[in-house]
Amino acid sequence: MRQPVAPAVFDDVDRRIVNALQGGFPLVPRPYAAAAEALGLAEDELIARIGALTASGVLSRFGPMFDAEKAGGAVSLAAMVVPADRFDEVAAVLMEMPAIAHNYERCHTLNMWFVIATETRAGIGAAQRAIEAATGLKVLLFPKVREYFVGMRVEA
Amino acid sequence: MSDIALDALDRAIVAATQEGLPLTPAPYADVAATVGSTEAEVITRLARLLEAGVVRRIGAVPNHYRLGLSHNGMTVWDVDDAEVDRLGALIGALDFVTHCYRRPRALPDWPYNLFAMVHGKSRDEVEAKRAEIAALLGETVRAADILYSTRILKKTGLRIAG
Repeated sequence: MRQPVAPAVFDDVDRRIVNALQGGFPLVPRPYAAAAEALGLAEDELIARIGALTASGVLSRFGPMFDAEKAGGAVSLAAMVVPADRFDEVAAVLMEMPAIAHNYERCHTLNMWFVIATETRAGIGAAQRAIEAATGLKVLLFPKVREYFVGMRVEA
Repeated sequence: MSDIALDALDRAIVAATQEGLPLTPAPYADVAATVGSTEAEVITRLARLLEAGVVRRIGAVPNHYRLGLSHNGMTVWDVDDAEVDRLGALIGALDFVTHCYRRPRALPDWPYNLFAMVHGKSRDEVEAKRAEIAALLGETVRAADILYSTRILKKTGLRIAG
């Protein structure tokens, strides 16, 4: 398990920024100034802090979060049963494939879970076949049938 | 919310912003300069993409691990297909559930049709949240499991073609 490392400097202002700005960033010519005003900060301080939070990895990024499927692409969750003695080898195969966005080891018989993301729907099946051909293992697809609304916000 | 067709300018805006907005006083003007458009047009396009759901939201995208939420469990549930949408909406509304989906079963090995991702600062915290979901679902649950992640093998983020 990767050890979470608390950033050296993450003060209350940073916490307020992370909690307040997980959406609703203004679509106006000076958006940082508008967001800063609501937080009682100066525009340049907000910009500097977002830059520092991104550099330290507290934020993966700052900007629009896209729904890949609505943008015309295709996404599917997928899983495999990978024998323990082949685990690293199979993980390395997926690491090299650009269609694989995330890959996690999980505690289950189905022990490798990953996200396939491609430009077209047909690309999902092609990626599935490519993985099966490269590994000799069966790939189960779990595409979403329906997504239930979540706020997608985390408390810092 | 229905699917909209993205034109070349929309795609250029997606490509120019998917790794983040410029950290400059007028970021939309800077994006406009990159894609060969105007600030007003970029703002109008992003507003339209937000309205259509192509953009889920604009702002800070936190890294769960760096916020100390280092334990994640994928909770999975087998519930009646006739009930799954009602229950999914209920579970998705919980503030600690970060993703909630209906997915196809893979019988006979995988009977689960409802997935809810739960994050926590400890294994105990994740278990407590899982128990809350179980209590809400009640007797509708025929089978359930939780799959903890034990290792991140790859995390590159989704890339959309621009």
